[in-house]
Amino acid sequence: MESDFINTLLLTGKLAGWTTAILFVIGLPIAYVLAYKRFWFKSVMEALISMPMVLPPTVLGFYMLVAYSPQNAFGSFLEKHLDVRLAFSFEGVLLASVVFSLPFMIQPLQNGLTAIPVSLREAAYTLGKSKTETFFKVLIPNMIPSIVTALAMTFAHCIGEFGVVIMVGGNMPGETRVASIAIYDEVQSLNYDIANQYSLVLFIISLVILTVIYSCPRPLKGSNP
Amino acid sequence: MNKEKNIDDISNFNSPLGVGGSSSPFRGLGGRFVIDIERSMLTSEGKSLLKVDLEIANNELLCLFGHSGAGKTTLLRILAGLFTPDRGFISFNGVVWYDSAKKINLPPQQRNVGFVFQDYALFPNMTVRKNIEFAQKTPNAEEVDSLLSHFGLEALQKQYPAKLSGGQKQRVALARALAAKPNLLLLDEPLSALDYEMRLNLQDEILKAHKLLNSQTLLVSHDKEEVLKLADTVVMLRNGVVIKSGKPVELFT
Repeated sequence: MESDFINTLLLTGKLAGWTTAILFVIGLPIAYVLAYKRFWFKSVMEALISMPMVLPPTVLGFYMLVAYSPQNAFGSFLEKHLDVRLAFSFEGVLLASVVFSLPFMIQPLQNGLTAIPVSLREAAYTLGKSKTETFFKVLIPNMIPSIVTALAMTFAHCIGEFGVVIMVGGNMPGETRVASIAIYDEVQSLNYDIANQYSLVLFIISLVILTVIYSCPRPLKGSNP
Repeated sequence: MNKEKNIDDISNFNSPLGVGGSSSPFRGLGGRFVIDIERSMLTSEGKSLLKVDLEIANNELLCLFGHSGAGKTTLLRILAGLFTPDRGFISFNGVVWYDSAKKINLPPQQRNVGFVFQDYALFPNMTVRKNIEFAQKTPNAEEVDSLLSHFGLEALQKQYPAKLSGGQKQRVALARALAAKPNLLLLDEPLSALDYEMRLNLQDEILKAHKLLNSQTLLVSHDKEEVLKLADTVVMLRNGVVIKSGKPVELFT
């Protein structure tokens, strides 16, 4: 039981950690495009990214599960060409988690970028700096509070994920059984003590993360549209 | 007249690098600066057309003078490559920066202009020294020391911009602009946020920067006194059109 408890918490941390890392890498360029570029489908893209904030997790989980099925194009492609089945696997849960946590990473990053005065970017350009150098040496260092918020929000949100995980991954110990599902499972089995231990750990982690977010200095107040 | 005096003072300035005047390591390329552009603008008074045809001689400190919405800042941003004109031609020392007919439009990175922004745009994550170092194309600690010395910033070199006064920020912005060894300087109302006494002191700093550069400097201003003190030539803009140009003394007295 003790090792189950530890393993479940480790799996929860692994899912949240990987989700946060993947989203940070793909979130930065997406946030940059949304912050600084104008294109005709920008509003649609912003709406799609924000959908997980209003959509019931079970809806997204259902569609992800359907997509993973070998009966459909995406699932069939993965099985035939890569010999991968995503349904009821850690990788499947991870992909669903990445999609479901998109707004928690992208919105703080986008807000951080738009808060940086446009003159800082322009000053770097007039000094001969490329967009890439400006991004890494001027923009990123001046949006650290937003980056901390984005990482912390994404991690905290992943730790509490339930609907998507249970739809896509079910309840497989060591593979897809994360802490939030374990709590539900233990309550169903009337093991309130173990449910309480899981709950307390999640409560403390969430409190620490939110305290970190609120301790961060406020982002720059910029003049960008 | 003050201006003559100040420039003389700066020419006599002796630094370890012997900077100042034509021997300055921060000396710009100089050469003919030809501007003939058009761009539609949206101002508080509605739509207007910025239409400017100018040629600026080497070493000239030219002041763009006019009320808000006249097109001064728009013109400066076009020259820096931060705005694109609707049509026209810009060349500096024989290099075409913009030619609508030939679809040439060099990005700001390739124009090598020193731009001082109204809000100074100092990088908040870098100290005064780092701001200047960041502007250098090749690292050179002696030149950084020289610029810090020229603009009286030695004691502030480890400070971050948030701790500086408006006047100090302006001096850092000028030093940073020169550190990139630009072809010319573009100053967008750099003194507008400062009080009267500070403006007077910093006008001398602008002359110092102009002298160190030894190339063209374009300054946006709507302060007659400032123009009289600093400018060799003044170009008066109204609703996007040049209404007068000439020596400040002739235009304002």
